[in-house]
Amino acid sequence: MTSTSETGAVGTVPPPRASGTTSGARSGPPVTRKRSGRFGDGLLKGYVWLILAWLFLPIVVMIVFGFNDTQSKSNVTWQGFTLKWWGRLGDYPDLTVAVFNSLKIAVISVVITTVIGTFMGLALGRYRFRGQGATNLVLFAAIASPELVMGASLLSLFVSSGVQTGFVTVIIAHVLFSLSFVAITVRARVVGLDPSIEEAARDLGASTWVTFWRVTFPMILPGVVSGALLAFALSIDDFVITQFTSGSVQTFPLWIWGATRIGVPPQVNIIGTLIFAVGVVIAVVNTVTSRRRT
Amino acid sequence: MKRFAPYLLILPGGLWLVIFLVVPMVFMASVSTQEGDVVNGFVQTFNFSVYGDALVQYQTQFLRSAGYGLVATVISIAMAYPVAYWIAFKGGARKSTYLLLVLLPFFVSFVLRTVSWKFLLADDGILLSPMKSMGLVPDDFHVLQTTTAVIGGLVYNYLPFMILPIYVALERVDPRVVEAAQDLYAAKRSAFTKVVLPLSLPGVFAGVLMTFVPMTADYVNAGILGGPQNTMIGNIIQTKYLVNNDYPTAAALSFTLMAVMLIGIFAYAKALGTENVLEAAAR
Repeated sequence: MTSTSETGAVGTVPPPRASGTTSGARSGPPVTRKRSGRFGDGLLKGYVWLILAWLFLPIVVMIVFGFNDTQSKSNVTWQGFTLKWWGRLGDYPDLTVAVFNSLKIAVISVVITTVIGTFMGLALGRYRFRGQGATNLVLFAAIASPELVMGASLLSLFVSSGVQTGFVTVIIAHVLFSLSFVAITVRARVVGLDPSIEEAARDLGASTWVTFWRVTFPMILPGVVSGALLAFALSIDDFVITQFTSGSVQTFPLWIWGATRIGVPPQVNIIGTLIFAVGVVIAVVNTVTSRRRT
Repeated sequence: MKRFAPYLLILPGGLWLVIFLVVPMVFMASVSTQEGDVVNGFVQTFNFSVYGDALVQYQTQFLRSAGYGLVATVISIAMAYPVAYWIAFKGGARKSTYLLLVLLPFFVSFVLRTVSWKFLLADDGILLSPMKSMGLVPDDFHVLQTTTAVIGGLVYNYLPFMILPIYVALERVDPRVVEAAQDLYAAKRSAFTKVVLPLSLPGVFAGVLMTFVPMTADYVNAGILGGPQNTMIGNIIQTKYLVNNDYPTAAALSFTLMAVMLIGIFAYAKALGTENVLEAAAR
Protein backbone atom coordinates (compact mmCIF):
# COMPACT_ATOMS: atom_id res chain seq x y z
CA MET A 1 0.00 0.00 0.00
CA THR A 2 2.78 2.43 0.88
CA SER A 3 4.81 1.58 -2.19
CA THR A 4 6.12 4.28 -4.51
CA SER A 5 3.09 5.12 -6.57
CA GLU A 6 4.07 7.68 -9.14
CA THR A 7 2.02 10.44 -7.61
CA GLY A 8 3.19 9.73 -4.12
CA ALA A 9 6.88 9.97 -4.82
CA VAL A 10 7.11 13.45 -6.24
CA GLY A 11 3.85 15.04 -5.35
CA THR A 12 2.78 14.61 -1.81
CA VAL A 13 4.27 16.48 1.07
CA PRO A 14 3.77 15.73 4.72
CA PRO A 15 0.57 17.58 5.62
CA PRO A 16 1.16 20.87 7.43
CA ARG A 17 -0.21 19.67 10.72
CA ALA A 18 2.41 16.91 10.93
CA SER A 19 4.94 19.18 12.59
CA GLY A 20 2.52 20.19 15.28
CA THR A 21 0.59 17.07 16.22
CA THR A 22 2.74 14.03 15.67
CA SER A 23 5.91 14.33 17.66
CA GLY A 24 7.66 11.64 15.68
CA ALA A 25 7.41 13.35 12.30
CA ARG A 26 10.88 12.02 11.58
CA SER A 27 9.77 8.40 11.34
CA GLY A 28 7.13 8.85 8.64
CA PRO A 29 7.94 9.99 5.12
CA PRO A 30 10.58 8.52 2.84
CA VAL A 31 13.88 10.34 2.52
CA THR A 32 13.53 11.79 -0.98
CA ARG A 33 10.17 13.32 -0.19
CA LYS A 34 11.43 14.85 3.01
CA ARG A 35 14.38 16.45 1.27
CA SER A 36 12.41 18.16 -1.46
CA GLY A 37 9.89 19.34 1.13
CA ARG A 38 12.65 20.64 3.35
CA PHE A 39 14.24 22.54 0.51
CA GLY A 40 10.98 24.24 -0.43
CA ASP A 41 10.26 25.04 3.20
CA GLY A 42 13.74 26.44 3.67
CA LEU A 43 13.33 28.67 0.65
CA LEU A 44 9.98 29.91 1.90
CA LYS A 45 11.37 30.49 5.36
CA GLY A 46 14.26 32.50 3.92
CA TYR A 47 11.76 34.57 1.97
CA VAL A 48 9.70 35.28 5.09
CA TRP A 49 12.78 36.45 6.96
CA LEU A 50 13.77 38.60 4.01
CA ILE A 51 10.37 40.33 4.08
CA LEU A 52 10.65 40.74 7.86
CA ALA A 53 14.09 42.29 7.45
CA TRP A 54 12.66 44.68 4.87
CA LEU A 55 9.83 45.60 7.24
CA PHE A 56 12.29 46.31 10.03
CA LEU A 57 14.90 48.16 7.96
CA PRO A 58 13.47 51.69 8.33
CA ILE A 59 12.73 51.05 12.00
CA VAL A 60 16.36 50.11 12.63
CA VAL A 61 17.48 53.19 10.73
CA MET A 62 15.15 55.34 12.83
CA ILE A 63 16.53 53.93 16.09
CA VAL A 64 20.18 54.09 15.03
CA PHE A 65 19.99 57.67 13.75
CA GLY A 66 18.74 58.81 17.14
CA PHE A 67 22.35 58.20 18.22
CA ASN A 68 23.90 60.02 15.27
CA ASP A 69 26.29 62.86 16.07
CA THR A 70 24.93 64.94 13.21
CA GLN A 71 26.10 68.52 12.80
CA SER A 72 23.69 69.81 10.19
CA LYS A 73 19.91 69.87 10.13
CA SER A 74 19.67 66.95 7.76
CA ASN A 75 20.19 63.75 9.73
CA VAL A 76 20.99 61.53 6.74
CA THR A 77 24.67 60.53 6.91
CA TRP A 78 26.32 58.77 9.82
CA GLN A 79 28.67 61.10 11.74
CA GLY A 80 29.52 59.04 14.82
CA PHE A 81 27.86 57.77 17.98
CA THR A 82 26.49 60.12 20.60
CA LEU A 83 24.01 60.09 23.45
CA LYS A 84 23.71 63.87 23.55
CA TRP A 85 20.27 64.01 21.91
CA TRP A 86 18.78 62.05 24.79
CA GLY A 87 19.74 64.90 27.06
CA ARG A 88 18.39 67.46 24.61
CA LEU A 89 14.95 65.94 24.00
CA GLY A 90 13.30 69.22 24.92
CA ASP A 91 15.27 71.37 22.45
CA TYR A 92 12.16 71.98 20.36
CA PRO A 93 9.40 73.19 22.69
CA ASP A 94 6.74 72.89 19.98
CA LEU A 95 7.79 69.26 19.40
CA THR A 96 7.31 68.55 23.10
CA VAL A 97 3.90 70.20 22.99
CA ALA A 98 2.99 68.12 19.92
CA VAL A 99 3.97 64.85 21.61
CA PHE A 100 1.90 65.66 24.69
CA ASN A 101 -1.03 66.67 22.49
CA SER A 102 -0.82 63.27 20.78
CA LEU A 103 -0.89 61.50 24.14
CA LYS A 104 -3.78 63.60 25.48
CA ILE A 105 -5.82 63.08 22.33
CA ALA A 106 -5.16 59.35 22.39
CA VAL A 107 -6.14 58.92 26.04
CA ILE A 108 -9.33 60.98 25.82
CA SER A 109 -10.50 59.46 22.54
CA VAL A 110 -9.74 55.92 23.71
CA VAL A 111 -11.86 56.38 26.83
CA ILE A 112 -14.83 57.64 24.81
CA THR A 113 -14.39 55.05 22.06
CA THR A 114 -14.05 52.15 24.46
CA VAL A 115 -17.23 53.01 26.34
CA ILE A 116 -19.53 53.64 23.39
CA GLY A 117 -17.86 51.00 21.24
CA THR A 118 -18.36 48.36 23.93
CA PHE A 119 -22.05 49.32 24.13
CA MET A 120 -22.35 48.85 20.39
CA GLY A 121 -20.52 45.56 20.45
CA LEU A 122 -22.82 44.29 23.21
CA ALA A 123 -25.93 45.34 21.32
CA LEU A 124 -24.76 43.80 18.06
CA GLY A 125 -23.50 40.58 19.59
CA ARG A 126 -26.32 39.99 22.05
CA TYR A 127 -29.55 41.18 20.44
CA ARG A 128 -31.43 40.86 17.19
CA PHE A 129 -33.10 44.17 16.44
CA ARG A 130 -34.42 46.34 13.64
CA GLY A 131 -31.68 48.48 12.19
CA GLN A 132 -28.98 45.94 12.93
CA GLY A 133 -28.12 45.58 9.27
CA ALA A 134 -27.92 49.35 8.85
CA THR A 135 -25.64 49.61 11.89
CA ASN A 136 -23.35 46.93 10.50
CA LEU A 137 -23.30 48.75 7.20
CA VAL A 138 -22.30 52.07 8.78
CA LEU A 139 -19.60 50.36 10.87
CA PHE A 140 -18.32 48.77 7.68
CA ALA A 141 -18.40 52.12 5.88
CA ALA A 142 -16.41 53.70 8.70
CA ILE A 143 -13.68 51.08 8.25
CA ALA A 144 -13.77 51.04 4.47
CA SER A 145 -13.88 54.76 3.68
CA PRO A 146 -10.49 56.22 3.04
CA GLU A 147 -9.18 58.49 5.78
CA LEU A 148 -8.82 61.27 3.26
CA VAL A 149 -12.56 61.24 2.54
CA MET A 150 -13.44 61.08 6.25
CA GLY A 151 -11.14 63.98 7.00
CA ALA A 152 -12.35 66.02 4.04
CA SER A 153 -16.02 65.52 4.87
CA LEU A 154 -15.49 66.34 8.55
CA LEU A 155 -13.68 69.52 7.57
CA SER A 156 -16.56 70.38 5.21
CA LEU A 157 -18.97 69.96 8.13
CA PHE A 158 -16.87 72.10 10.46
CA VAL A 159 -16.26 74.81 7.87
CA SER A 160 -19.93 75.01 6.87
CA SER A 161 -21.20 75.12 10.43
CA GLY A 162 -18.58 77.61 11.56
CA VAL A 163 -16.92 75.28 14.07
CA GLN A 164 -13.32 76.22 14.76
CA THR A 165 -11.11 73.15 14.21
CA GLY A 166 -8.79 72.24 17.05
CA PHE A 167 -8.36 69.85 19.96
CA VAL A 168 -12.03 68.90 20.26
CA THR A 169 -12.55 68.26 16.56
CA VAL A 170 -9.49 65.99 16.49
CA ILE A 171 -10.93 63.95 19.36
CA ILE A 172 -14.28 63.71 17.55
CA ALA A 173 -12.48 62.41 14.47
CA HIS A 174 -10.35 59.91 16.39
CA VAL A 175 -13.38 58.46 18.15
CA LEU A 176 -15.08 58.17 14.77
CA PHE A 177 -12.40 56.11 13.05
CA SER A 178 -11.64 53.81 15.98
CA LEU A 179 -15.25 53.17 17.03
CA SER A 180 -15.86 50.40 14.48
CA PHE A 181 -12.75 48.50 15.52
CA VAL A 182 -13.75 48.46 19.18
CA ALA A 183 -17.38 47.58 18.40
CA ILE A 184 -16.39 44.69 16.14
CA THR A 185 -13.74 43.35 18.53
CA VAL A 186 -16.23 43.38 21.42
CA ARG A 187 -18.99 41.90 19.25
CA ALA A 188 -16.75 38.97 18.33
CA ARG A 189 -16.14 38.32 22.01
CA VAL A 190 -19.84 38.61 22.91
CA VAL A 191 -20.87 36.21 20.12
CA GLY A 192 -18.37 33.68 21.43
CA LEU A 193 -19.84 33.72 24.95
CA ASP A 194 -21.65 30.69 26.31
CA PRO A 195 -25.14 31.96 27.26
CA SER A 196 -25.60 29.16 29.77
CA ILE A 197 -23.08 30.78 32.12
CA GLU A 198 -25.23 33.92 32.39
CA GLU A 199 -28.34 31.76 32.75
CA ALA A 200 -26.66 29.93 35.60
CA ALA A 201 -25.90 33.25 37.31
CA ARG A 202 -29.54 34.30 36.95
CA ASP A 203 -30.80 30.92 38.14
CA LEU A 204 -28.69 31.38 41.23
CA GLY A 205 -30.56 34.62 41.89
CA ALA A 206 -28.23 37.28 40.48
CA SER A 207 -29.98 40.39 39.20
CA THR A 208 -29.43 41.60 35.61
CA TRP A 209 -27.06 44.25 36.89
CA VAL A 210 -25.01 41.87 39.02
CA THR A 211 -24.95 39.28 36.24
CA PHE A 212 -23.55 41.86 33.90
CA TRP A 213 -20.80 43.18 36.15
CA ARG A 214 -19.80 39.93 37.82
CA VAL A 215 -20.24 37.50 34.93
CA THR A 216 -20.62 39.07 31.48
CA PHE A 217 -18.19 41.96 31.81
CA PRO A 218 -15.22 39.92 33.07
CA MET A 219 -15.76 37.54 30.16
CA ILE A 220 -15.81 40.25 27.49
CA LEU A 221 -13.00 42.24 29.16
CA PRO A 222 -10.23 40.77 26.96
CA GLY A 223 -12.15 41.97 23.90
CA VAL A 224 -12.62 45.41 25.45
CA VAL A 225 -8.93 45.67 26.32
CA SER A 226 -7.70 44.65 22.88
CA GLY A 227 -10.20 47.05 21.30
CA ALA A 228 -8.91 49.85 23.52
CA LEU A 229 -5.28 49.06 22.71
CA LEU A 230 -6.07 49.04 19.01
CA ALA A 231 -7.87 52.39 19.36
CA PHE A 232 -4.87 53.84 21.20
CA ALA A 233 -2.47 52.66 18.52
CA LEU A 234 -4.70 54.06 15.76
CA SER A 235 -5.04 57.41 17.52
CA ILE A 236 -1.40 58.01 18.37
CA ASP A 237 -0.36 57.11 14.83
CA ASP A 238 -3.03 58.96 12.91
CA PHE A 239 -1.96 61.57 10.43
CA VAL A 240 -4.46 62.13 7.62
CA ILE A 241 -7.72 62.75 9.49
CA THR A 242 -5.81 64.66 12.15
CA GLN A 243 -4.31 66.98 9.56
CA PHE A 244 -7.76 67.82 8.24
CA THR A 245 -9.39 68.39 11.63
CA SER A 246 -6.63 69.88 13.77
CA GLY A 247 -6.60 73.53 12.77
CA SER A 248 -3.53 74.99 14.48
CA VAL A 249 -3.13 72.13 16.98
CA GLN A 250 0.03 70.09 16.38
CA THR A 251 0.44 66.39 17.06
CA PHE A 252 3.60 64.31 16.82
CA PRO A 253 2.94 62.96 13.28
CA LEU A 254 1.91 66.45 12.10
CA TRP A 255 5.10 67.96 13.50
CA ILE A 256 7.22 65.39 11.63
CA TRP A 257 5.38 66.11 8.37
CA GLY A 258 6.07 69.81 8.84
CA ALA A 259 9.74 69.10 9.52
CA THR A 260 10.40 66.80 6.54
CA ARG A 261 11.21 69.67 4.22
CA ILE A 262 13.76 71.33 6.49
CA GLY A 263 15.17 68.13 8.00
CA VAL A 264 13.97 65.91 10.82
CA PRO A 265 16.07 66.36 14.00
CA PRO A 266 17.37 63.28 15.93
CA GLN A 267 14.96 64.08 18.76
CA VAL A 268 12.16 62.81 16.53
CA ASN A 269 14.00 59.50 16.11
CA ILE A 270 14.35 59.17 19.86
CA ILE A 271 10.70 59.93 20.58
CA GLY A 272 9.72 57.52 17.81
CA THR A 273 11.97 54.91 19.40
CA LEU A 274 10.37 55.46 22.81
CA ILE A 275 6.82 55.13 21.44
CA PHE A 276 7.94 52.02 19.54
CA ALA A 277 9.45 50.52 22.71
CA VAL A 278 6.27 51.10 24.71
CA GLY A 279 4.21 49.56 21.90
CA VAL A 280 6.49 46.53 21.75
CA VAL A 281 6.28 45.97 25.50
CA ILE A 282 2.47 46.22 25.51
CA ALA A 283 2.16 43.95 22.48
CA VAL A 284 4.49 41.32 23.94
CA VAL A 285 2.70 41.37 27.30
CA ASN A 286 -0.66 41.12 25.51
CA THR A 287 0.49 38.18 23.39
CA VAL A 288 2.00 36.34 26.35
CA THR A 289 -1.03 36.81 28.60
CA SER A 290 -3.52 35.89 25.88
CA ARG A 291 -1.51 32.76 25.14
CA ARG A 292 -1.62 31.84 28.81
CA ARG A 293 -5.37 32.41 28.90
CA THR A 294 -6.15 30.01 26.08
CA MET B 1 -37.62 47.91 28.97
CA LYS B 2 -35.81 44.84 27.72
CA ARG B 3 -37.04 45.59 24.24
CA PHE B 4 -35.28 48.93 24.20
CA ALA B 5 -31.98 47.70 25.57
CA PRO B 6 -30.24 47.22 22.23
CA TYR B 7 -31.35 50.65 21.04
CA LEU B 8 -30.08 52.34 24.20
CA LEU B 9 -26.75 50.58 23.78
CA ILE B 10 -26.49 51.50 20.11
CA LEU B 11 -27.57 55.11 20.63
CA PRO B 12 -24.33 56.92 21.60
CA GLY B 13 -22.14 55.17 19.04
CA GLY B 14 -24.85 55.28 16.39
CA LEU B 15 -25.37 59.01 16.86
CA TRP B 16 -21.62 59.58 16.66
CA LEU B 17 -21.45 57.68 13.37
CA VAL B 18 -24.46 59.46 11.91
CA ILE B 19 -23.43 62.97 12.97
CA PHE B 20 -19.74 62.67 12.13
CA LEU B 21 -19.72 60.18 9.27
CA VAL B 22 -23.02 60.32 7.39
CA VAL B 23 -23.97 63.99 7.86
CA PRO B 24 -20.50 65.30 6.90
CA MET B 25 -20.76 63.50 3.57
CA VAL B 26 -23.94 65.50 2.88
CA PHE B 27 -22.13 68.68 3.86
CA MET B 28 -19.25 67.78 1.59
CA ALA B 29 -21.67 67.37 -1.31
CA SER B 30 -23.21 70.72 -0.45
CA VAL B 31 -19.87 72.52 -0.17
CA SER B 32 -18.82 71.20 -3.57
CA THR B 33 -21.49 73.18 -5.42
CA GLN B 34 -20.90 76.44 -3.53
CA GLU B 35 -19.02 79.43 -4.86
CA GLY B 36 -17.01 82.10 -3.12
CA ASP B 37 -13.79 82.40 -1.15
CA VAL B 38 -12.59 82.22 2.43
CA VAL B 39 -12.62 85.97 2.98
CA ASN B 40 -16.13 86.70 1.69
CA GLY B 41 -17.66 83.36 2.54
CA PHE B 42 -19.17 80.66 0.39
CA VAL B 43 -22.68 80.81 -1.10
CA GLN B 44 -24.70 77.87 -2.37
CA THR B 45 -25.16 78.36 -6.11
CA PHE B 46 -25.63 74.72 -7.17
CA ASN B 47 -22.64 75.14 -9.40
CA PHE B 48 -22.40 71.59 -10.71
CA SER B 49 -19.93 72.57 -13.41
CA VAL B 50 -17.23 72.32 -10.74
CA TYR B 51 -17.35 68.54 -11.13
CA GLY B 52 -16.70 68.60 -14.85
CA ASP B 53 -13.96 71.21 -14.50
CA ALA B 54 -12.24 69.41 -11.63
CA LEU B 55 -12.39 66.04 -13.37
CA VAL B 56 -10.98 67.40 -16.60
CA GLN B 57 -8.26 69.32 -14.80
CA TYR B 58 -7.19 66.50 -12.49
CA GLN B 59 -7.93 63.39 -14.52
CA THR B 60 -4.19 62.65 -14.73
CA GLN B 61 -3.92 62.52 -10.96
CA PHE B 62 -7.06 60.42 -10.67
CA LEU B 63 -5.80 57.88 -13.17
CA ARG B 64 -2.31 57.93 -11.70
CA SER B 65 -3.69 57.22 -8.21
CA ALA B 66 -5.77 54.32 -9.48
CA GLY B 67 -2.75 52.99 -11.37
CA TYR B 68 -0.43 53.27 -8.37
CA GLY B 69 -3.05 51.66 -6.15
CA LEU B 70 -3.52 48.78 -8.59
CA VAL B 71 0.19 48.09 -9.08
CA ALA B 72 0.90 48.37 -5.35
CA THR B 73 -2.00 46.01 -4.55
CA VAL B 74 -0.80 43.37 -7.00
CA ILE B 75 2.75 43.60 -5.62
CA SER B 76 1.34 43.37 -2.08
CA ILE B 77 -0.57 40.17 -2.87
CA ALA B 78 2.53 38.62 -4.38
CA MET B 79 4.65 39.60 -1.38
CA ALA B 80 2.11 38.87 1.34
CA TYR B 81 0.73 35.50 0.24
CA PRO B 82 3.88 33.41 0.81
CA VAL B 83 4.44 35.09 4.17
CA ALA B 84 0.87 34.42 5.30
CA TYR B 85 1.08 30.86 3.96
CA TRP B 86 4.29 30.12 5.77
CA ILE B 87 3.07 31.52 9.09
CA ALA B 88 -0.26 29.69 8.85
CA PHE B 89 1.10 26.28 7.82
CA LYS B 90 4.69 26.20 9.03
CA GLY B 91 4.57 28.62 11.93
CA GLY B 92 3.78 25.85 14.41
CA ALA B 93 3.64 27.01 18.00
CA ARG B 94 5.28 30.34 17.15
CA LYS B 95 2.50 31.62 14.86
CA SER B 96 1.56 34.52 17.13
CA THR B 97 5.21 35.49 17.51
CA TYR B 98 5.65 35.70 13.74
CA LEU B 99 2.44 37.71 13.42
CA LEU B 100 3.72 40.05 16.10
CA LEU B 101 6.97 40.44 14.16
CA VAL B 102 5.00 41.40 11.06
CA LEU B 103 3.07 43.99 13.05
CA LEU B 104 5.87 45.43 15.20
CA PRO B 105 7.25 47.91 12.64
CA PHE B 106 3.80 49.44 12.54
CA PHE B 107 4.13 50.62 16.10
CA VAL B 108 6.18 53.42 14.60
CA SER B 109 4.10 56.26 13.27
CA PHE B 110 3.13 56.04 9.60
CA VAL B 111 4.76 59.38 8.79
CA LEU B 112 7.94 58.53 10.67
CA ARG B 113 8.27 55.19 8.84
CA THR B 114 7.96 56.98 5.54
CA VAL B 115 10.44 59.65 6.60
CA SER B 116 12.80 56.84 7.58
CA TRP B 117 12.59 55.50 4.02
CA LYS B 118 13.46 58.97 2.85
CA PHE B 119 16.65 58.81 4.98
CA LEU B 120 17.45 55.38 3.60
CA LEU B 121 16.92 56.24 -0.02
CA ALA B 122 18.40 59.75 0.03
CA ASP B 123 20.89 60.53 -2.76
CA ASP B 124 23.70 60.86 -0.20
CA GLY B 125 22.09 58.41 2.25
CA ILE B 126 23.36 55.16 3.70
CA LEU B 127 22.24 52.98 0.79
CA LEU B 128 23.07 55.03 -2.25
CA SER B 129 26.30 56.77 -1.28
CA PRO B 130 28.29 53.52 -0.71
CA MET B 131 26.86 52.11 -3.94
CA LYS B 132 27.90 55.26 -5.75
CA SER B 133 31.43 55.28 -4.32
CA MET B 134 31.83 51.64 -5.35
CA GLY B 135 30.62 52.52 -8.81
CA LEU B 136 27.66 50.16 -8.70
CA VAL B 137 25.30 52.89 -9.82
CA PRO B 138 26.00 56.10 -11.71
CA ASP B 139 26.51 59.28 -9.70
CA ASP B 140 23.25 60.84 -10.80
CA PHE B 141 21.22 57.74 -9.88
CA HIS B 142 18.40 58.45 -7.50
CA VAL B 143 15.40 56.64 -6.08
CA LEU B 144 13.59 59.44 -4.30
CA GLN B 145 11.15 61.44 -6.39
CA THR B 146 10.43 58.47 -8.64
CA THR B 147 7.36 56.31 -9.20
CA THR B 148 9.31 53.34 -7.80
CA ALA B 149 9.82 55.13 -4.49
CA VAL B 150 6.13 56.04 -4.17
CA ILE B 151 4.83 52.56 -5.03
CA GLY B 152 7.49 51.00 -2.80
CA GLY B 153 6.36 53.23 0.06
CA LEU B 154 2.73 52.32 -0.52
CA VAL B 155 3.48 48.59 -0.50
CA TYR B 156 5.63 48.95 2.60
CA ASN B 157 3.08 50.93 4.57
CA TYR B 158 0.08 48.71 3.82
CA LEU B 159 1.62 45.23 3.59
CA PRO B 160 0.36 43.98 7.00
CA PHE B 161 -3.21 44.77 5.93
CA MET B 162 -2.69 42.25 3.15
CA ILE B 163 -0.80 39.66 5.21
CA LEU B 164 -3.29 39.54 8.09
CA PRO B 165 -6.55 38.77 6.22
CA ILE B 166 -4.81 36.18 4.01
CA TYR B 167 -3.32 34.63 7.13
CA VAL B 168 -6.73 34.48 8.83
CA ALA B 169 -8.24 32.73 5.79
CA LEU B 170 -5.37 30.26 5.49
CA GLU B 171 -5.40 29.56 9.20
CA ARG B 172 -9.02 28.42 8.89
CA VAL B 173 -8.19 25.89 6.18
CA ASP B 174 -8.55 22.50 7.82
CA PRO B 175 -5.32 20.55 7.23
CA ARG B 176 -7.45 17.42 6.87
CA VAL B 177 -8.97 18.88 3.69
CA VAL B 178 -5.48 19.15 2.22
CA GLU B 179 -4.71 15.64 3.41
CA ALA B 180 -7.88 14.38 1.80
CA ALA B 181 -6.83 15.94 -1.49
CA GLN B 182 -3.47 14.24 -1.22
CA ASP B 183 -5.04 10.92 -0.28
CA LEU B 184 -7.04 11.24 -3.45
CA TYR B 185 -3.75 11.54 -5.33
CA ALA B 186 -3.72 15.27 -5.87
CA ALA B 187 -0.18 16.41 -6.59
CA LYS B 188 1.34 19.00 -4.29
CA ARG B 189 0.68 21.74 -6.80
CA SER B 190 -2.92 20.84 -7.55
CA ALA B 191 -3.69 20.34 -3.86
CA PHE B 192 -2.63 23.96 -3.50
CA THR B 193 -4.32 25.43 -6.58
CA LYS B 194 -7.55 23.44 -6.26
CA VAL B 195 -7.98 23.36 -2.48
CA VAL B 196 -5.88 25.81 -0.47
CA LEU B 197 -5.93 28.73 -2.88
CA PRO B 198 -9.72 28.83 -3.42
CA LEU B 199 -10.30 28.57 0.34
CA SER B 200 -7.96 31.50 0.96
CA LEU B 201 -9.49 33.79 -1.67
CA PRO B 202 -11.86 35.53 0.78
CA GLY B 203 -8.75 36.61 2.68
CA VAL B 204 -7.18 37.95 -0.50
CA PHE B 205 -10.40 39.83 -1.33
CA ALA B 206 -10.49 41.37 2.14
CA GLY B 207 -6.81 42.25 1.82
CA VAL B 208 -7.44 43.98 -1.49
CA LEU B 209 -10.20 46.03 0.11
CA MET B 210 -7.99 46.91 3.07
CA THR B 211 -5.10 48.04 0.89
CA PHE B 212 -6.33 49.27 -2.48
CA VAL B 213 -8.70 51.88 -1.05
CA PRO B 214 -6.27 53.58 1.36
CA MET B 215 -3.38 53.28 -1.11
CA THR B 216 -5.33 55.03 -3.85
CA ALA B 217 -6.36 57.83 -1.50
CA ASP B 218 -2.90 58.14 0.06
CA TYR B 219 -0.92 61.36 -0.16
CA VAL B 220 1.77 60.84 2.46
CA ASN B 221 3.96 58.54 0.36
CA ALA B 222 3.71 60.70 -2.75
CA GLY B 223 4.30 63.78 -0.59
CA ILE B 224 7.43 62.48 1.16
CA LEU B 225 8.96 60.04 -1.33
CA GLY B 226 7.66 61.32 -4.66
CA GLY B 227 8.35 64.29 -6.87
CA PRO B 228 6.03 66.72 -8.66
CA GLN B 229 5.43 64.16 -11.41
CA ASN B 230 4.10 61.67 -8.80
CA THR B 231 1.33 63.88 -7.41
CA MET B 232 -1.68 61.77 -6.52
CA ILE B 233 -5.29 62.86 -6.19
CA GLY B 234 -4.89 62.88 -2.40
CA ASN B 235 -2.17 65.51 -2.66
CA ILE B 236 -4.44 67.71 -4.77
CA ILE B 237 -7.34 67.36 -2.32
CA GLN B 238 -5.10 68.01 0.68
CA THR B 239 -3.55 71.11 -0.88
CA LYS B 240 -6.90 72.50 -2.04
CA TYR B 241 -8.47 72.02 1.39
CA LEU B 242 -5.65 72.98 3.70
CA VAL B 243 -3.40 75.30 1.71
CA ASN B 244 -5.48 77.02 -0.97
CA ASN B 245 -8.78 76.89 0.95
CA ASP B 246 -10.47 76.14 -2.37
CA TYR B 247 -13.18 74.16 -0.60
CA PRO B 248 -15.63 73.65 -3.50
CA THR B 249 -13.10 72.09 -5.87
CA ALA B 250 -11.57 70.04 -3.02
CA ALA B 251 -15.00 68.83 -1.93
CA ALA B 252 -15.98 67.98 -5.50
CA LEU B 253 -12.79 65.95 -5.94
CA SER B 254 -13.16 64.09 -2.66
CA PHE B 255 -16.87 63.51 -3.24
CA THR B 256 -16.08 61.98 -6.62
CA LEU B 257 -13.34 59.86 -5.06
CA MET B 258 -15.71 58.73 -2.32
CA ALA B 259 -18.56 57.96 -4.69
CA VAL B 260 -16.36 55.90 -6.99
CA MET B 261 -14.87 54.04 -4.05
CA LEU B 262 -18.09 53.44 -2.15
CA ILE B 263 -19.84 52.10 -5.24
CA GLY B 264 -16.82 49.93 -5.92
CA ILE B 265 -16.57 48.74 -2.32
CA PHE B 266 -20.24 47.87 -2.00
CA ALA B 267 -20.37 46.14 -5.37
CA TYR B 268 -17.28 44.24 -4.29
CA ALA B 269 -18.68 43.42 -0.84
CA LYS B 270 -22.05 42.44 -2.30
CA ALA B 271 -20.44 40.12 -4.81
CA LEU B 272 -18.44 38.45 -2.06
CA GLY B 273 -20.92 38.67 0.83
CA THR B 274 -20.81 41.70 3.15
CA GLU B 275 -20.59 39.75 6.37
CA ASN B 276 -17.52 37.82 5.21
CA VAL B 277 -15.64 40.87 4.05
CA LEU B 278 -16.62 42.76 7.20
CA GLU B 279 -15.49 39.90 9.42
CA ALA B 280 -12.22 39.52 7.60
CA ALA B 281 -11.68 43.27 7.52
CA ALA B 282 -12.18 43.54 11.25
CA ARG B 283 -9.46 41.10 12.13
